Amino acid sequence: MSDKPRKFKGGVHPNDSKALSASKAVQNAPLLAKYTVIVHQNIGAPPEVTVKKGDVVKKGDLLAKAAGFVSVPLHAPTSGTVTALEKCPGPACISVPSIEITADGQDTWGNCMEPIPDWQNAEPSVLKQRVADAGIVGMGGAGFPSHVKLSPTKPIDTLILNGAECEPYLTADHRLMVEQPEEVLQGAAILARILGLKSAVIGIEENKPDAIAKLGELAGKYNVTVQGLHVNYPQGAEKQLIYALTGREVPIGGLPMDVGCVVQNVASAAAVAEAVIQGRPSIERITTVTGEPLVNPGNWRFRLGTPISKAIELAGGVKYQPAKLLLGGPMMGFAQNSLDVTVMKNTSGILLIPAEQVSQYTSEPCIRCGRCVECCPMDILPATISQAVENERFDWAEQLNVLACIECGSCSYSCPAHRPLNQHFKRAKAEIMAARRKQQKK
Amino acid sequence: MNTDLATPSTPATGAPPPAAITLPDAAKLVVSNSPHIRGGETISKIMVQVFIALMPAALAAVWFFGLAALEVMVLCTLGCIAVEEIWNKCVKRSSTWKDGSAALTGLLLAMNLSAGAPWWICILGSLLAIGLGKQIFGGLGYNPFNPALVARVALLIGFPQLMTSWVAPQAGRFFACEAMTGATPLGAQGAAIASINDLFIGNVGGCLGETSAIALLIGGAFLLVRKLIKWQVPASFIGTVALISGLVHYVNPEMTPPALYHVLAGGLMIGAFFMATDMVTSPMTANGALIFGCGCGIITSVIRIWGGYPEGVSFSILFMNALTPLIDRYTIGKPFGYIRIKKEAAQ
Repeated sequence: MSDKPRKFKGGVHPNDSKALSASKAVQNAPLLAKYTVIVHQNIGAPPEVTVKKGDVVKKGDLLAKAAGFVSVPLHAPTSGTVTALEKCPGPACISVPSIEITADGQDTWGNCMEPIPDWQNAEPSVLKQRVADAGIVGMGGAGFPSHVKLSPTKPIDTLILNGAECEPYLTADHRLMVEQPEEVLQGAAILARILGLKSAVIGIEENKPDAIAKLGELAGKYNVTVQGLHVNYPQGAEKQLIYALTGREVPIGGLPMDVGCVVQNVASAAAVAEAVIQGRPSIERITTVTGEPLVNPGNWRFRLGTPISKAIELAGGVKYQPAKLLLGGPMMGFAQNSLDVTVMKNTSGILLIPAEQVSQYTSEPCIRCGRCVECCPMDILPATISQAVENERFDWAEQLNVLACIECGSCSYSCPAHRPLNQHFKRAKAEIMAARRKQQKK
Repeated sequence: MNTDLATPSTPATGAPPPAAITLPDAAKLVVSNSPHIRGGETISKIMVQVFIALMPAALAAVWFFGLAALEVMVLCTLGCIAVEEIWNKCVKRSSTWKDGSAALTGLLLAMNLSAGAPWWICILGSLLAIGLGKQIFGGLGYNPFNPALVARVALLIGFPQLMTSWVAPQAGRFFACEAMTGATPLGAQGAAIASINDLFIGNVGGCLGETSAIALLIGGAFLLVRKLIKWQVPASFIGTVALISGLVHYVNPEMTPPALYHVLAGGLMIGAFFMATDMVTSPMTANGALIFGCGCGIITSVIRIWGGYPEGVSFSILFMNALTPLIDRYTIGKPFGYIRIKKEAAQ
């Protein structure tokens, strides 16, 4: 596998700033008195809430059940009482439905799913059902239900685990791979079994040599290959990762299965191993709490529903006021305006950015320097599309393949005129999709 | 939401936080779209670097043509900045001289003038470059033609006598600029009148920036290393000129000097490295840059060998500037993942 291409075309090289938290071992966050679990944590349909106010729940009990195929159930992060079903601040700066659980302090497990220790001989369909029942989603950031990816309608020959973690600052996956390599590899083997494959490959950026070494030592046992990847943002984008590892190009508008691949995040794989071998649903995750303004950045294992304010307290609070608070990394993360947003299944990072890094720019005219064209990993023309959007010509934008854009932000990052390229593309995509829906209705 | 930490009755690690913990003030948090960090490059940084890349050629010009050369450069640079600011005042726009593009246009314009150019030519040139070449189209980023070349060609047509008389080089004699006019090395049709050595060093007549090939190559190398220009433009431009002039010289040595002479003489070096590579007026794609450079090379060669003017670099670049939108349009590459769609459709 090592003679295959390990890069993709384009990309940018931001300062990775991972040193702030890369060497900090994962700590378990202390039990809180109250958790506010956001109901809709996945791409697809929001799950249906099955508890009501006053219900007593044990840790791991069902709070909401999957509403359809592209949906996942939600489980209680600790034992206690459901004290409110209200709206709370969500990750998109709007209020969203949530379930408040007041902990009883016992943290006792309920009657969870049966462990399947003998997974090597278990039926693949049983294992797949377990992934669905455990409520596992893509934990790298997207939050796409994992079991959906495990139900391909096209032949699959390659399972890829995404350990690239190309976003600057984030080290959650890195620590997971260093500290729990066995779980990641077990998860890989289980996922391979579900897909009827004999092997899997884990792609890791070469700025994490300890993770590559740790996983490499044990990988043979599970028939998994560990492949180092060129350090280049967005190496962890699904399509770019597939290309780097297999040389295959996922068609525009297509899915990894169109080129015989399934990609899962390493944290999702570890969650799969836990769900299968120990029978535990997805109720916690490793999150990096980092940024220069923090007193003590690091990595913590948080229960779902932990408010960001508590996470920042654990990191020692701030030395000075940050300019931005993000969920996720600095390239694709979401800016927040409240400290009451809570940790979700896809919260890979809680990042505080100092003012000098987000100095406010005035966008200047495009000088056609071509840097965006050079770094675009999807090989489209950001500068030209941006001008089409400014002129409200969404038909041009569509012709110029704006729908292929993966919103990685490399173009905006490299633009010397500080043009809002990424925003323009998001707008164009929204306008085009809205027009299509309108057409379909007619 | 004021949730307090419960007494750690469960096996959970992590010390309870110390007393004085400052949380960020949520009211002061900025909310905007991703990405949240920037690469740090700015337009003015790009302009300053190109300005620096022109310094070897500027020093060479002062060495060969004396302080008169310096005077022309200062007049043009300040002239362009002044015109830009006066224009901004008149149309009530905010000041833009700090982006460095006007100063750069000024220096490039000076590079296109003779050391003997009178002061009013410098000022008129600045007016033409910034006014007619750039601001009339809406300012930086919107001009279809290279502003410095617009000024040069306009002056050449308006004052042919003045614009084609050159100061002969007098290396190191800074105050001896009351010089006789010398011929430009491409002036005499079909004959090489300067040695290759002199052309390379710059010891020939001509405008400020087109004489010293070595100084321009140093600046060009700097631009390439800093990735401020696409290598495709100078490579294909100079390559095409060398190929065509070389072929013609091979067939009929009487007709034109050898390829190396063509490459080193006249405005080819500054044109290929500093003029044709202007970001605003040249194609954005790599393939487009190749086509653009080849087009410049063909037109330059044709004008030099068969045309009425001794030099064709400016005309060729301006002509290709006009074709840039078209080139850009036809060199749009296929996006990532496009090939497979076609293949599948064919099946």
